Amino acid sequence: MALVLNEDQLLLKDSAQSFCQQLAPVSVLRCLRDSNDETGFDQAIWTQMVDLGWAGMAIPEAYGGYGFGYGGLGVVLEETGRTLVSSPLISTVLLAATAINELGSEQQKQELLPKIVAGELLVALALDENSSHAPSRIHTSAERSGDGFILNGAKTFVLDGHVAQKLIVVARSSGEIDSKQGTGLFLVDATLEGIAINRTHMVDSRNSAKIEFSQVEVGADALLGEADGGFDGLDRVLDIARIGLAAEMLGSIQEVFERILDFLKTREQFGILIGSFQGLQHRAATMYSEIELCKSVVRAALAGLDDPAKSREDIAELASIAKAKLSEVFFEVSNEGIQMHGGIGMTDEFDIGFFLKRARVAQQFLGDASFHRDRYASLNNF
Amino acid sequence: MQALEKFQKNTREWLQANCPESMRTAMVADEVVWGGRNARFKNPDSKLWLERMAARGWTCPTWPAEYGGGGLNKEEAIILNQELRRINARPALTSFGISMLGPVLLESGSVDQIMEHIPKIVAGEIRWCQGYSEPGSGSDLASLSTRAELHGDTYTINGSKVWTSYADQADWIFCLVRTDFEVPKHAGISFILFDMASPGITTKPIQLISGGSPFCETFFDDVKVPQRNLVGRLNEGWSIAKRLLQHERTMISSFGLSSGQSDRGGTTTSNLASVEAAAMHYRGDSDRLSDAVLRDRIAQFKIDSAAFAYTSQRSIEESKQGQGPNATSSMLKNYGCELNKRRYELLMQALGSQGLGWEGDGFNSDELQVTREWLRSKANSIEGGTSEIQLNVIAKRVLGLPDIMSMSKQQGSK
Repeated sequence: MALVLNEDQLLLKDSAQSFCQQLAPVSVLRCLRDSNDETGFDQAIWTQMVDLGWAGMAIPEAYGGYGFGYGGLGVVLEETGRTLVSSPLISTVLLAATAINELGSEQQKQELLPKIVAGELLVALALDENSSHAPSRIHTSAERSGDGFILNGAKTFVLDGHVAQKLIVVARSSGEIDSKQGTGLFLVDATLEGIAINRTHMVDSRNSAKIEFSQVEVGADALLGEADGGFDGLDRVLDIARIGLAAEMLGSIQEVFERILDFLKTREQFGILIGSFQGLQHRAATMYSEIELCKSVVRAALAGLDDPAKSREDIAELASIAKAKLSEVFFEVSNEGIQMHGGIGMTDEFDIGFFLKRARVAQQFLGDASFHRDRYASLNNF
Repeated sequence: MQALEKFQKNTREWLQANCPESMRTAMVADEVVWGGRNARFKNPDSKLWLERMAARGWTCPTWPAEYGGGGLNKEEAIILNQELRRINARPALTSFGISMLGPVLLESGSVDQIMEHIPKIVAGEIRWCQGYSEPGSGSDLASLSTRAELHGDTYTINGSKVWTSYADQADWIFCLVRTDFEVPKHAGISFILFDMASPGITTKPIQLISGGSPFCETFFDDVKVPQRNLVGRLNEGWSIAKRLLQHERTMISSFGLSSGQSDRGGTTTSNLASVEAAAMHYRGDSDRLSDAVLRDRIAQFKIDSAAFAYTSQRSIEESKQGQGPNATSSMLKNYGCELNKRRYELLMQALGSQGLGWEGDGFNSDELQVTREWLRSKANSIEGGTSEIQLNVIAKRVLGLPDIMSMSKQQGSK
């Protein structure tokens, strides 16, 4: 397994880095927040990202994508994490396109994936129902009616839920609430009758929504995969997204750490640079070590996704290792980002606070560290 | 690519034919082969295995073939390592000559020194020990005061060393000595090699909290050493000393790596093979560890261990051919040691009162062994430079943070 970037990935990294730094710096997110932007992302920047091929990075060439694999998408996500780019990259590309690609029929893939690659379609995954991630705990119902289904229930923390044209809804057609059996994924138009979407303003200034489904009628063709055999497929999609999210978190973590280092090398107190104090040096060195581990697990997990020899269990374990580790380290580093900057770190004018806010959302999304430690233990039979 | 595939095929076949069956089992502590003039082979297969591996230079796979090494490139060495692991082969030879002295001798030694010592290290004929720490010079290693004075073409060495691993069993020592007392401390140190059988050397084992005595006090009383045994230039031994420490740290960091089967280097039965297996065994749990807090801590430990193993692997992939370890060796050393200490604390929690036996009845030998290993693991973050020193090195050499010590003239540390 290659844990270092190959030449194509290095080129991609360079181009993604210069794009994000020059055209999508943290100030763009600040601007979206301050203007209370209705979409919550910058359409012009998203169009440019699409032009660079980022929406089709991991999608097979047969469906209009570029076949760069998840290793390629991971490189891009890492760079967007450095400048906290708010875009449909996670909701539509990492989650929805992956779900369609992994679970959809040939016809669904032919119809939808090229549109996502072209930036013409935004799709959101409506999964969580509770304030903590529990993907098998699905209350939302999909009751059979004629050839189709009727959906009822409520979803929360739906990333980009208020701007997506289509929603992928996880709903239950049989079984108890906690059962892994009996759930399926339904692809529906967001404008269907009975769907009420309320945008929620999250602390990281990205977009999310609470969505209610009331007697929403959908046809049999709405199904992605099987109606009641969906959990394993969903879990596979979530693992890919967890690894991609970990790559984005890695970018943010490295950015915070580099900003801390710059500050330690320029800020003077007691007549000397504060970076010469051992109390701060050891904390910085400890963070450095943890970040090196983060890089390794993200590389290993992304390489695992592109390695056909990896089993479903291998990927599940890699995803939980990556999401648990990155969540822990992002927590620590984002806190140190504030503390090591001192008073200026508390000001809104200074960017470091945006990273702290993003950290907590990213930690929670798709399962926090304790969710994934628990999952890791179960996967390893203890 | 084809050449590598052929190498892999040939290697696999050779190992199949030449690695004795008993060498494909988990290593037992008293069967570790250290080599040397007084080498003991409790298991005769160990001797055979060493001779066969040494004949191909595979005890030191990447060292130049002209000096007896394997002459393999990085890719071939990785393949050899994979093939050895595939059959669970024991290390044919464990030695400080391989892990510490050899690499720096190849970099800084004279041709004569290389010709004299390297082939014997490869063959396991000479067992080396390390003369670094002194009673007054631990973390502040460069303050060492063992002196070497030149008379004619012979040095006379006086002073003492401490924490000299296995000095009582070693044949030769690589030693730091002060050759100039008038200059700043780093500028007056030289790196010298000598025979432990020389007149004037005495060693005294130190008993540790674990009950074992792997370390010694070593005393030098007018020990005569030929001038040609000085490695590198006079008074420039500190840079060689630091380079050697990088190799030492890389070796120690491997303590943090556990094999897939076992958290304890494969010396145990299945009940103690992993922390989680032990925790469940002693609680009578069958499918899920009943102590939720311990379960979470073990999961966190195992996730960190996996992340550390990937990091060690990445560091090998990133290092250029033949370049060896760099300042990140301090990070690996520090993290690996802290992980190993965590492993033993968790094992102690897993075993409960059965992990607290010292000797005698009421405990099986594995349980008693865990107690001793737990105590021994406390030294991991002290030997080879304390964790605090590693953090200093990372801060200074990797992160480029300013050095407060440079403001005082007495600067520097191990």
